[in-house]
Amino acid sequence: MVHRRAGKIRALTMADKLIVRRLDAWFKNVQALRDINLSFPENNVTAIIGPSGCGKSTLVRCLNRMHEVVPGARAEGEVLLDGENIYAPAVDPVQIRRRIGMVFQKPTPFPTMSIEDNVAAGLTLNRISLPHAERDRVIEKSLRQAALWEEVKDRLRRPGASLSGGQQQRLCVARALAVEPEVLLMDEPCSALDPISTARIEELLLDLKTSYTIVIVTHNMQQAARTADLTAFMYQGELIEFGDTRQIFTNPVRRETEDYITGRFG
Amino acid sequence: MLSDLGTSVAENVAVIQREQRRIRVHVRLFGDRVFNLVTIALGSTILLLLAALAVVLIVKSTPSIEKFGLSFLVTSDWDPVNDVYGALPFIYGTVVSSAIALLIAVPMSLGVALCLSEMAPDWLSRRLGFLVDLLAAIPSVVYGLWAIFVLGPWLRDHVESSLGTYLGFLPIFTGPHVSVGMLTAGVVLAIMVIPYISSVCTDVFRLVPQTQREAAFALGATRWEMVRMAVLPYGLTGVIGAIILGLGRALGETIAVAMVIGNSPQISKSLFAPAATLASVIANEFAEATSDMYVSALIELGLVLLGVGIVLNVIARLLVAAVAQRRFGEER
Amino acid sequence: MELSVESRGNYVYRKAKSDLMMGVTVAATVVTLLPLFLILGYLIVKGAASVNWAFFTHMPAPVGEKGGGMANAIVGTLEVVAIACMIGVPLGIGAGLYLAENRGARYSSAIRFAADVMMGVPSIVVGIFIYGVVVHPMGGFSAIAGSIALAVIMIPLVTRTTEEIIVLIPHELREASLALGVPQWRTSLSVIVRSAMSGIATGVILAIARVAGETAPLLFTAFGNNFFSTSVAQPISTLTVQVYTYAISPFPDWQRQAWAGALVLTVIVLALELGVRWFTGGPAKSAH
Repeated sequence: MVHRRAGKIRALTMADKLIVRRLDAWFKNVQALRDINLSFPENNVTAIIGPSGCGKSTLVRCLNRMHEVVPGARAEGEVLLDGENIYAPAVDPVQIRRRIGMVFQKPTPFPTMSIEDNVAAGLTLNRISLPHAERDRVIEKSLRQAALWEEVKDRLRRPGASLSGGQQQRLCVARALAVEPEVLLMDEPCSALDPISTARIEELLLDLKTSYTIVIVTHNMQQAARTADLTAFMYQGELIEFGDTRQIFTNPVRRETEDYITGRFG
Repeated sequence: MLSDLGTSVAENVAVIQREQRRIRVHVRLFGDRVFNLVTIALGSTILLLLAALAVVLIVKSTPSIEKFGLSFLVTSDWDPVNDVYGALPFIYGTVVSSAIALLIAVPMSLGVALCLSEMAPDWLSRRLGFLVDLLAAIPSVVYGLWAIFVLGPWLRDHVESSLGTYLGFLPIFTGPHVSVGMLTAGVVLAIMVIPYISSVCTDVFRLVPQTQREAAFALGATRWEMVRMAVLPYGLTGVIGAIILGLGRALGETIAVAMVIGNSPQISKSLFAPAATLASVIANEFAEATSDMYVSALIELGLVLLGVGIVLNVIARLLVAAVAQRRFGEER
Repeated sequence: MELSVESRGNYVYRKAKSDLMMGVTVAATVVTLLPLFLILGYLIVKGAASVNWAFFTHMPAPVGEKGGGMANAIVGTLEVVAIACMIGVPLGIGAGLYLAENRGARYSSAIRFAADVMMGVPSIVVGIFIYGVVVHPMGGFSAIAGSIALAVIMIPLVTRTTEEIIVLIPHELREASLALGVPQWRTSLSVIVRSAMSGIATGVILAIARVAGETAPLLFTAFGNNFFSTSVAQPISTLTVQVYTYAISPFPDWQRQAWAGALVLTVIVLALELGVRWFTGGPAKSAH
């Protein structure tokens, strides 16, 4: 019995980069997350999968306190970043989001800004005056990390909205990386993209995990299987199973997980 | 035989039904046609009205246009006794009073719009928006009355004296402090156009996709930085449209201005001094205009007002529509 | 505990700036709403003293005499606005119907554009126009001229709200009616207009509220009248023009009457606005 439990949910490891403890979240009176406990190890890609409405997006948005941006939404519990609770009363979410970057479902470049201004958008917030050369260096570095540099280096002053959907999403990755976060959250980053762009983003994940802790929400199980080291399966606001990706997909412990990955629902 | 009879009866019935249907279809088509004609006629009256409006004003101001030509717009002699008319003092008064109004109203309106779209929770935002709308509902004659007896004297005793004391070295803040004049008119206009500008700006800001705000927050922006990064740039064209719409209102506002601007056809350096606007001079002098040329000159003032009003309105609507368009473009 | 990666001073500065600026927006809202409450307050304090039974039943008193009322102006406003509605409402609704039924057509775009432009025409210009086409040919100021001027202002307002309301009606409703064999014109009139009725009524009432408060277009159309008149061919007194005349007069008695008239006028206009919102359940977008 004890063994079964251990197999069901990977134990909280206090050494992990990001630890979630007893997390509940609500939209108005509807509870979206119920007693979530899990942890995300450094330099790993962790995928969160589950059927629509299972709370996987809510969970990832709780990790950098974006959940509370929606009117009427609130969260309770602990999320520890390097052991410090980001939900402690004295903590300002503004500081947290600087360290935990996020990429959204749809590409969200700022339409009136040029490509380079988009990349530098977060940068200009934190350091009031950045030397020109330094700014250019960071822009190039971020765009290279996002595998976009070669495609846009000749048109950095063109509007960000002029890029294709896949390029826009990589621009958003570059924008998130420019402020040098420690954790990168990705909320279904490929759901609005074509297969080729999706493949590029997936390659990117594997490159990036050497320097970042990555959490990716996806409804695409193949994507999770291809990119993630660890996979968490959520259902109806609860964490059902969490463990090694291979184990989840080949030998799931829980019935719900098995039904989901074999396509019996969701 | 029987069967023949049967078929012929059936045939007859069929023919009769077909005829009835045909008649009904005719009636129906006739009804549709009448209906279409009536509505198209009613719709056309709007075009006709606008065209007639322009034509009547042009025709009626022709004597003045022919006599004074372009000098009408650039000379400042308004002399009904000698039948000589120059509109410059009124153009100046209109431009300056509207400029004062926008100087005050634009920052205030942006503040209100941001408060309603970015700060206030939904229930409060709706109630505050309702109160701002009420401000737009108050008749301008009531604004004028209040400005004559309350706002004007208050400005004279508090604002003008401070401006005179601290900024008196500027020519625009010199001269005697009076309760009627350019400054009072500008402030009343500001109060009157804020609801228009702010409600359009609020709508424009609400069109900014939530994903844009979240993108800014996710970069670690504070609320104000989010506004600067996501909301204002996205809505900029709409905001400019709203300002131009407000300018159109301010230029054409008549009664409240006529009540507090002092109605003096002179250009003075000081904002404390009385002045007049295109609209206010029409309101004051039209009914008493004695000579035909006098009437014609006043109507030409109206023509100027109409032209400027139409141009501003068209520009403003195109700009506001551009923001909505962009929004729909992205939804696809 | 140090969760921030930027310097403390920088963060405090950004935070303070944000709080300050967002606080400024709240202050702007408060200051913007201040005149609303001040105006309503002054109207009640200064106006209520002079609003009594006589105000509604008596004629204006000559200069120097105390008392008197605005019976003629109240009746005049009601008459001028009522006639304006008779002209402007059917016209506006018909035009709105046309725009809604022919949305894509180039001709309807032209009409829609004209309606939008008309809304931006200063109302004093409408007054001049009506002076030219009604007052001048008729040889004098008249109630009907004032009504036509207000109707011209109403028409584009009613047209555009009617169109916007009708367009909101689900297409299925129209198709269901057409499928039953109801001719298109009856579909338009009975099904469409009936289901849009409350919305159109809202637009009409807001347009009434708007024109009831107009002064400028009446100055040289309806003009004004010191005596009681209901004739459409004669000049007629209205509340707005009466308040205007009294407000700029040098006589304290008249100024007091101006406050009373302004109070009555504002109550009428705000009652229309509030009534509409009350019945339509919540702050509907107004037609201004």
